[in-house]
This record gives sequence, C-alpha cells and structure tokens, in this order.
Amino acid sequence: MDEEILQEFLAESMENLAQLDNEIVALEKQPDNDALIASIFRTIHTIKGTCGFIGLTGLGSVAHSTENVLGLMRDRELPVTSASISAILEGVDEIKDLLAGLEATGEEPVRDNSALIGRLDKLSESAGQQSAEEGPGEDSPESDSNTVSAPEASDNVTPEEVKPNVESTQTSPVETADTTDAAKKSVADLSIRVNVEVVDSLMNLVGELVLTRNQLLQMVRGDDESIYAAPILHLNRVTTDLQEGVMKTRMQPIGNAWSKLPRLVRDLAQQTGKQIDLEMRGDETELDRTVLDAIKDPLTHMVRNSADHGLESTEDRQAAGKSEVGKIRLNAFHEGGHVIICIEDDGGGINSDRVRQKAIENGILTESDASNMSEKEINNLVFAPGFSTAQQISSVSGRGVGMDVVKTQIERIGGTVDLTSRRGVGTTVRIKIPLTLAIVSALVVESGGLSFAIPQLTVVELVRLAAEDRHKIEKINQNEVFRLRDRLLPLVHLDRVLGLHEEADNGEDCDVNIVVVQVGDDQFGLIVSEVFDTEEIVVKPVGQLLKDIALYQGTTILGDGRVIMILDVAGIAAQFGGVVGGGDRDQHSAEDDKDWAGDTTTLLLFDSGGATNMAVPLSLVARLEEFPRNTIERTGDRMVVQYRDNLLPLLPVNEYATNSDDVDPQPVVVFQEGDRSMGLAVREILDIREEPLVIRMQSQRPGVLGTAIINDKATDVIDTQYYVEQADPDWFQKNVEQTTSRVLVIDDSIFFRQLVTTVLEAEGYRVNACHAAVDAVELIESGESYDLIVSDIEMPMMDGYEFAEWFAQRPESSHTKLIALTSLSGPTLESRAAEVGFARFMTKFNAAQFLSCVKEFCHQRQPQGAIA
Amino acid sequence: MSQSATLQEPSSTQNGIENQLDYLNQYVSFFVDEQLLGVPVNAVQEVLNPQVITRTPKAKTEIAGLLNLRGQIVTAVDLRKRLGLPPLADDQQSMNVVVRYNNESYSLLVDEVGDVINVSGETLQPPPQTLDPHWKSVTSGVFRLENRLFVIVDESSLLDF
Repeated sequence: MDEEILQEFLAESMENLAQLDNEIVALEKQPDNDALIASIFRTIHTIKGTCGFIGLTGLGSVAHSTENVLGLMRDRELPVTSASISAILEGVDEIKDLLAGLEATGEEPVRDNSALIGRLDKLSESAGQQSAEEGPGEDSPESDSNTVSAPEASDNVTPEEVKPNVESTQTSPVETADTTDAAKKSVADLSIRVNVEVVDSLMNLVGELVLTRNQLLQMVRGDDESIYAAPILHLNRVTTDLQEGVMKTRMQPIGNAWSKLPRLVRDLAQQTGKQIDLEMRGDETELDRTVLDAIKDPLTHMVRNSADHGLESTEDRQAAGKSEVGKIRLNAFHEGGHVIICIEDDGGGINSDRVRQKAIENGILTESDASNMSEKEINNLVFAPGFSTAQQISSVSGRGVGMDVVKTQIERIGGTVDLTSRRGVGTTVRIKIPLTLAIVSALVVESGGLSFAIPQLTVVELVRLAAEDRHKIEKINQNEVFRLRDRLLPLVHLDRVLGLHEEADNGEDCDVNIVVVQVGDDQFGLIVSEVFDTEEIVVKPVGQLLKDIALYQGTTILGDGRVIMILDVAGIAAQFGGVVGGGDRDQHSAEDDKDWAGDTTTLLLFDSGGATNMAVPLSLVARLEEFPRNTIERTGDRMVVQYRDNLLPLLPVNEYATNSDDVDPQPVVVFQEGDRSMGLAVREILDIREEPLVIRMQSQRPGVLGTAIINDKATDVIDTQYYVEQADPDWFQKNVEQTTSRVLVIDDSIFFRQLVTTVLEAEGYRVNACHAAVDAVELIESGESYDLIVSDIEMPMMDGYEFAEWFAQRPESSHTKLIALTSLSGPTLESRAAEVGFARFMTKFNAAQFLSCVKEFCHQRQPQGAIA
Repeated sequence: MSQSATLQEPSSTQNGIENQLDYLNQYVSFFVDEQLLGVPVNAVQEVLNPQVITRTPKAKTEIAGLLNLRGQIVTAVDLRKRLGLPPLADDQQSMNVVVRYNNESYSLLVDEVGDVINVSGETLQPPPQTLDPHWKSVTSGVFRLENRLFVIVDESSLLDF
C-alpha cells in the first residue's frame, strides 16, 4: 500500500516537475503573469503537502521554503528577479534530486539542506514579512489526503500560510484554480498512464500479427472462391487499423524531447554571461518513441554547443554590430516520411581555419588532404571523433567528445546530420531522421533469381520498357543510361551490384523493369527482373555477421514465410558509384559518399585530346552520339553533320587535338536548347561519375569554367555556354532583342546556380546569381530590382521560405514574382511555398518547363519592365 | 536428440575452460565431411531438418544465408566452408544445428547430426599441435572415444569471423 502511494507520488511529482522548469523560465520573462505563478505555486504546494502526508521531512522542508518564496511572489511581496528565480530553480533541483534518490532506493535520502533552506528563507524574510518558522510536517492530514486533486487543497492551506494578503490574492487564484480544475478533470478523464513496456510489447505483437496477416493474404491470393477470403479481408483491415493505432500510441510530440532545453539554455546564459533567446518551432511534430529517445541526448548536446561555442559573448556581438541577444532556433517539421530538425544559431559561425588546423594537429587530416577540402567538408570535421575547437575547454560543453557521438547516435537510427556555417553569420545543423523504425511499406522485387525488398519511401516510380524499346537504353562507355522524360537516368543492374549471375539470356527479348529510386538529391534506376507487390514489412535488424554489408538495411519475413533482405538504396548508390567509376571504390569510401551524398553532381567525363580530361554536368547534355567520319561535312571553316533531318553544327572541344581524323566514328556530346542543337566533338567519352562539383580554380581559358578534382584527377569543367555561342553566334542575340528582363537566381549549389544562369542567359535574360538568400537580401536592399526571382528552398542560414516571407514585406513584391526551384517535392512543401508567396513551385530541373514558366511571368511583367 | 541431460557435479580441480565444458558432460555430435565434431549440449538451441535458406549476396562465403525459424531470423553458417572443406555433394542437404551466441541465433550447417554423446570420465585433451591453424582456432579440444576421435568445436570462435 505504502509502496503504491509512493510510486504514484513519484510519478505525479516527476511529471509536474518536468513542466515546472519551463514555467519558471517563462516566469522570469513575464514576471507579471499571475496564472503562471499560481500554477508553479500549486505544483510545489502539492509536493509539500504529500511529503507531509507520507512523512518525507527533508523533502518537505525544501518544498516548504520554496513554496514560501513563491507565495510571496504570487502576492507581489517579492519581486520576480533573476536572483529569486535562480533560488527557486535551485530549490526545484534539490527536490528533483531528492525524488530521484527516493525512487532509486525507496528511502528518502538524508541530506543537509540547511544552507539552501536558509537562502530561500532569507529571501522570504527580505520581503519583510513573517519568517517561515513552521515545521515542514505541519499540514493537516485531512487537507493532504486528497492531494491528487490538489487545487482545492491549495485553497485550504494558502490563506493560513500567507495571511496578510488573502484579500488581494483572492481574485486571480480562484479563477485560475477553477479553470485548471476543469482542465485537470478532462485530461484525467481522457488519458491514462500506461507503462512504456506495455506499449512496446504491444508493438511487437502487432509486428507478429502483421506478418501472420501477410501470410494469410498470401494463401487466399488469387483464390476468390475461398471461404476464408472475406474474413481474411476483414482481418486485413482490422490489422491495418490496429497497427496505425498502436503506432499512434507510440508517437510523441518532439516537444517532449526538448522540454528541458529552455531551462538548460537559461542556465547556460547565466553561466556564460551571454544573452540567449531560444526559439522553438514545431514542437507538436510527432515521431516514434524509440526515435525520440534516441535523439534526446544528441539534441541537448547540440543546443548546448550552440549556446556555448556557437554564440559569441555579448561584447563580441556588440563589436560585430549584432544584436546583443544571441538566437538559437529549433525547428522541427515533417518532410516526406522523415522528420527534419534544424538547430540554428546566429553566432560567429565555425572558424574553418581553426578546424583545419586542429584536425591536422589531432591527426584526423593530413596537410595535403586539407588543401583539397571544401570549407563545408572542413566544417563537417567537427563530427570527427576527438574534436573540440573551443579555445578553452569550458565546463559547459564537452571535452572533445560529443559531436562525433551525436553523429553516431543519429546515424544509428538511420538519420543524417548536415552542418553548414558561415563566418560571422551563424551555424545551422540539419538532422534528418525517419519517422518510425518498426514497420515500413516495401516493394518486393526479384533479381538474379532472388527476392529483395526496397523501402517504398525511396521508390519514385516504376518504368517498364517493352523488349522492342530496349534500344532506348543508351550506353556511355559501358554505363547504361535511360532518357526518362527530359533527363538522363543512370541505370544499375541490381544483379550485378549484388554479384549475382545474370539471368540466362532472356536479356534481349524480355521487358526491362526499372525501379527509379531516390538517394538524396539524385535518382537512379535499378534494373530488376521482376516487380511484385508492395507489402507492409516488419523491419528486423541485420545479424552481426551481415551488418558490415552496406547494401542491406535490414531483413524481414514475407507473407509466405520466406526471409528476404531489405535493400539500402543509399548503400547501392555508393556501390554503383564504384561500378560506374571502374570498380575502384570499396566499402570504406561508400561511407564517405554518404557524407556528401546531398550535393553531388553527375558529371560526364571525356577526353578532349588535350592534357587534362574535361567534364560537363550530365544534366546539361541532351544526347551522346557517334558519327562516322565520312558523314561529317565542312561548310567554310565549320563542321556540320546531318542529324535528325537537320544540320547539327559541330565544334571540336579542343581545336588543336581533336581535329585530327583518327577518331572514327567521332563521339559527339549534343547540347540542345529549344529546337536548336550543337555538338561538341570530343576524343573519347570516358565515364560518368557522381561527385561533388567543387571548382577549385577559376579558369582564364575560354570555354572552361574552372578546374575541379574528379575521380582524383584535375579535370576541366567546360562552359557549355561558350561553345553554344561559338556554334551559333546568333543563338543569344536573337533572344536578347526580345527581352531585357532581369532575373535573380538564388541557390547555394554552385552547379545549379550555373545551370540556371546558363539556361536563362541563353534565352537572353539578364541574370544575377547569389549563393545565399542573405546576399540576395543585400542586393535587393541596395536597390536592385528584378522582374523575377528564382530561389532554391533549402539553403543554409536563410532558407527559401524565409526569404519569401522577407520579400513579401518589400514594396518590390507587388511586381516581382517568386519561383521556387528545388530538388525537394511534396504537397506540403508546395502548399507552404504558396503560403509564403512563391508564385510557382518547380522541381529541379526541367529546363523547358522552367523557361516557359519564366517567360510567362516575365511577359506579364513586360510593360512595366520596359518602363524600368 | 535427447534433452534429458543428467546434471553432474562439476569437477572442482580443473581450470576455467574445462570447468565450463565439464558442466554437462554431454555434447551434440555431428558430421562434417566424415569428421565427428561436437558442441556442448547447453549451447544448442535445437536441431532442424534441411531448411529453405535465403541467400545473402555479397556476404562472406561462409554465410550460407538466412532462415526463418518460427518468425525468428537465423543466420546459417556453412561449416564446410568455415572449416575449409569441399562443398557438400549437390544431391545432399545440410542439417541445421541451431546455437545461441551473443543473443543471436545461428544455424551451423552440418552434413549429418549424430547422438548426444556423454563423455563423463573422459578428459578433454588439447588440440594436437599439428592441426591446421584454421581448425586449431575453433577447436577447444579432443576426446578420445573408444573407436574414434571426437573433436569439440567452440561455437563462439566458430562464429567470430
């Protein structure tokens, strides 16, 4: 009996106390909020009362003194100051400690709290009121016997304790007590407390049920006559509902994970002498309990890091001309089956020089590696094991452990962490985690005679190519690509990736099944021999002996009892990078791939005949052709070839080398813009590689944008615009006469920025490009005006939405349209984009569609544009 | 196989490993390429007839695949491959000796399962020095039975590769 009461008391007190921190911190900000004080007072009072009842004297006396201070505050006898709040927090902490000790041992810990009590009492006395001499256990049992419904009790006890101000307090507490009473009742009626283990075991049972249901479904499949068909169908429906229901019980708002943060940040602010404003958005975003548990610690750690390392001291902020109050912003939202959590601060950003130096010192990086890395890559080194750049190790954030643990913990649950930082502006960490881990919908396919499951979330579409259309699969140096609508889709044979024997010679006269899958921003096609149904599968972890294989993310049991592997599409993408690149990558680099999987570009590599290889983004390439030498004709000093009932002008990529006639047939890279095409004659098409495109050296040579390192070799990235212009000098001029509309392009990816710019300039628009929304803000504020603004959504510091929100406040917004151009897609994103003022939402990158949209908007604008 | 193992007093004098092996003087015996091998009876979860095994491409060659044991996924390890022996003839199927190791179930694929052999009174002798290192690393010792040698393999080193 006693035990039961104690447990009940502990559970309730802990729950209330969890709320308390935030309430107290909130109170500090709004000292006049009577309701808040009343609520805090009640919580402490309830605890004190129960302590008296079950004879916890030590705990009771701390609660009592804390309550006295609160009582005085409530009665406005004592001002709500930072110092008094700190004292209360101390009291609350002690109460928590004592409760924790009580929970662990079942006995009240014996501690000397006289100092704390003394401080609290002194505070009470300083209000000039009567000292709190009463013993802790003085509360009358009858008032405490029903402490669970505490509000009445508080009314009974308060007046005798804080006599002098009964009248003045009478009004507000009574009404708040009433409302909370009602609220409490309804909550108590509608919800029950359930042990987490019960929910977990329910979830396991549902998993088993789903499997059994799948088996039954399999049995009656194709047999409509079966007498079991109807009941099994019903079972199917009930199971699905049940599964959803149980999943729902496990879903918790992310607010639970960060409820401790306001207190944490407040304490940090006090300790470090900074002023910090913590803003939390989307705390109602729900995710599975196990996922929530897994991110709690990493999240806390990162916020602590932002507060300690990220934000500068007040003086530094003043010196930098920033507002004294540093901002930390947490934002959580759903995005296509994932939860995204952003942790942003407006601090000093990461000093990448120092990171680099430190990394070299700590032996994480060699000098030569460091010189080849982009700033972003360098910054992400803070996640490397054994890293801490704070000049002095503070008591607040860790000692060089932590960020790597953060990353490991998040990756363990299938999430990713991405960090972007700008000196002087701030740092953003973006965490992407799956909604749930337990049951997913998966597509079952067959390859090499074996079945595999592909999580439905990663599947974009299915393409079935009839046998006679097989030739539509084109080849670039052994690598197959398929023109899916307007883009080249790299293809991967699943059986080859898995090292299975290709099926015996049904190759040529058999339909081709392509599963188009998405990894980060990239898509590729998996060729499989058969596509079956989708099934709800229960993900089981891969066994110890198999877990090193990057190709699998789990195993499961199908309805017919077979065990099958669940493919990890990201792992395959990494592997297939190796296939494309000549098989020189191993598992190890597959991990590296993941790090930058978000911003890679598929590049076509070719031999120019010169000293260095050249590359062009594959998305700019329309086709690859080979023309026999003898079909190439010369008109004047230009080469042309008859091509699709038209003349295709050809240009050698390198005039001195490729001009020779020894290459036959002549490989040609075809670019196309509207109904015009031009061909670039190269010596040999080498490869397609997926790599982050970082231009390391700008080039002075015409036709070359700059030099990048691709496949560990210096490679010139060509400026397609230059060649297009060379081939058809009129190409631009024709258009230039048509329009002088000004377009602003904002995109943090250098590649897309260039791509969009090129496409627009080719049509004669005047284009300004910015690599960050904040730069665009500057431009616009400096008085630049545009007819159209094309913005990416996902960008560090200020994203597309924020930019649109900002822009909507500007006078220019009345006549300048915004287009969102993003690699993300989804109805919620689109509707959000529409909300913040984007006139159009487009996915990257369909040039024709994009141009027609730009044209449409600029034409609407044309009359004004002409005046401007 | 007999589940009724008679509990014997652990002999007090031996060192740790023998103590453990001596705890039950019973071993599940099986044949791999005509060699009589055994694992302690308390390590064995169950013995199964040939099962449908799902291959796991790209896994180590010793791993035959996965099988479904009443809803539990079990990794099957081909003992012939693990011990560097030639593969089983095509027309023969492997039996499964399911063991627990590190909270996971593994099935040891063997040619044939024999009796549970009680070795009380016998002493486990260290593996001969001349044994192939491959074998030596997984053998915890040898019993000399009347008519043949009974090689005891250590399931943990067997599954740690």
